[in-house]
Amino acid sequence: MISKDQVAHVASLARLSFSDAELNQFTKQLDQIIDMENQLSEVTTEGVKPTTHITDEINVFREDVVVDDGISRDELLQNVPETKDGLIKVPSIIDKGEVDA
Amino acid sequence: MNNLDLSIDELHEQLVAGKITASDLVEHSLDAVEAHESDVNAFVTVNDRQALADAAAIDEQGIDPDNPLSGIPIAYKDNIVTKGIRTTAGSRMLENFNPVYDATVVNKLNTAGMINLGKTNMDEFAMGSSTETSYFEPTKNPWDLDRVPGGSSGGSAAAVAAGEVVAALGSDTGGSIRQPAAYNGIFGIKPTYGRVSRWGLIAFGSSFDQIGVMTRRVKDSATILSAISGHDEKDSTSSKREVPDFTQFIGQDIKGMRIAVPDEFFGEGIDEGVKLQVEKGLKQLEQLGAVIDHVQLPYTKYCVPAYYVLASSEASSNLQRFDGIRYGFRAEDVKNLTDVYVKSRSEGFGPEVKRRIMLGTFALSAGYYDAYFNKAAQVRTLIKQDFEKILSDHDLIIGPTSPDTAFKLGENISDPLKLYFKDVLTISANMAGVPAASVPAGFDDQGLPVGMQMIAKRFDEGSIFKAASAFETATKYYEQQPTFKGGAR
Repeated sequence: MISKDQVAHVASLARLSFSDAELNQFTKQLDQIIDMENQLSEVTTEGVKPTTHITDEINVFREDVVVDDGISRDELLQNVPETKDGLIKVPSIIDKGEVDA
Repeated sequence: MNNLDLSIDELHEQLVAGKITASDLVEHSLDAVEAHESDVNAFVTVNDRQALADAAAIDEQGIDPDNPLSGIPIAYKDNIVTKGIRTTAGSRMLENFNPVYDATVVNKLNTAGMINLGKTNMDEFAMGSSTETSYFEPTKNPWDLDRVPGGSSGGSAAAVAAGEVVAALGSDTGGSIRQPAAYNGIFGIKPTYGRVSRWGLIAFGSSFDQIGVMTRRVKDSATILSAISGHDEKDSTSSKREVPDFTQFIGQDIKGMRIAVPDEFFGEGIDEGVKLQVEKGLKQLEQLGAVIDHVQLPYTKYCVPAYYVLASSEASSNLQRFDGIRYGFRAEDVKNLTDVYVKSRSEGFGPEVKRRIMLGTFALSAGYYDAYFNKAAQVRTLIKQDFEKILSDHDLIIGPTSPDTAFKLGENISDPLKLYFKDVLTISANMAGVPAASVPAGFDDQGLPVGMQMIAKRFDEGSIFKAASAFETATKYYEQQPTFKGGAR
């Protein structure tokens, strides 16, 4: 049984926030889904190798060279929410706390 | 003339003979969009002006008689990036995202002269089985407007069924091409993992995702799949194997083809109407000379739990990139960098995407990794082996595509678990990386389309095209067209 605290912890790992009502609903739903996933414990898997990819290709190499796709800096920046002088702008990384104070 | 009635070959013949032009075809498509979109909502973005300009350019140049795709309109699921045409993945997160490059499949079809008619609606980030989780309102099923088109490629399926385009590309992570194809009475194929480059497909579950084709006619999919397949140095998981011309399998005799029918695909939870039609379909194939064997795939019941652990884990990792910094939605009123991440993600993603991210983050988190992620990955090995064993002495595995036919809008959306089980018959092909298609198999007693699923060995799409084309010729279900009944209007 997954608890509301656990769900809140997972949310913080996933960089998501929920209101209290959402958290209650997610706890209920995730509990049901995880309960369904618990069926997997019935399967004997001793010595079975996990499958994490399904491609035939092994160790694909290429030359480590710059490829010019002809995309300009302006084009590359066109989807960036906030730019300044051709750079990506982010809010201050160090939280000085004054906004919260 | 209605595009619905003609195959790509027939359209090509008319184009070459000068009876129609590429511009006519685009106009026909846009007329159909105009007539049906207010009911169906298959498109997020209609590429009307560019499509008309592209068609005019092709007409100017002249249709290449050796290239059957030249001048034919196609639609792309909105998680396939298209340069200069917004690509949303059905999410608020990418509502204004304008890609700076084309996906490899788009590049290839542009080169082949296909015309991009627009971007089709989908469940948000391809997570869903009904196209109801789209940020851009649900798509409706053209056979019954009160019902869902399936998902996640519901927009692509509905656009083809409604005659808005003759073909659309979709993507399939756990059944997202096949289930909507079944619900809309069209053909849809998910090729072998690695057959088609995923470069430019917005990632969901990278070890499952595969781009495929949805059309009314089987041969049309074969033609398009031949054009989009092959190695791409930009996708290191794409296969270097030679790509056959898949159209060579169309019209071949299926005498002696060995077909495995798993008992588990006809078990509990499968609608009687679906069973009936698929059993009828199997008899038809038998009459055409196929040999049918009943087999067991004992791990089938673990497909849903294993898939939701693994695909959600991959999704939680893939969707980390949506952080509000470089592209995509950024929340207003943020105080610091963590705030940008948390608020942008919490406001930009819808509930189903959050659910999957949460599930995946949980399965990968300290203390749960072995019990969930690793265990599910081991079960995946067993499921894969189940399939390899049966396919080692059979050409195809056949069963229903979906346990049911199209359900009513809103009927299941509040019960995620119930929706997850809609994928029970399609997930296994993604688990094993094998090709699988849904072939129209008639209608249930409510007049809703039923899909028959054909699954083959890795890189043996040929067997699917062979059997599907023989079945199509014998049944001609494509002649029946949607009625657009119901709807709130």
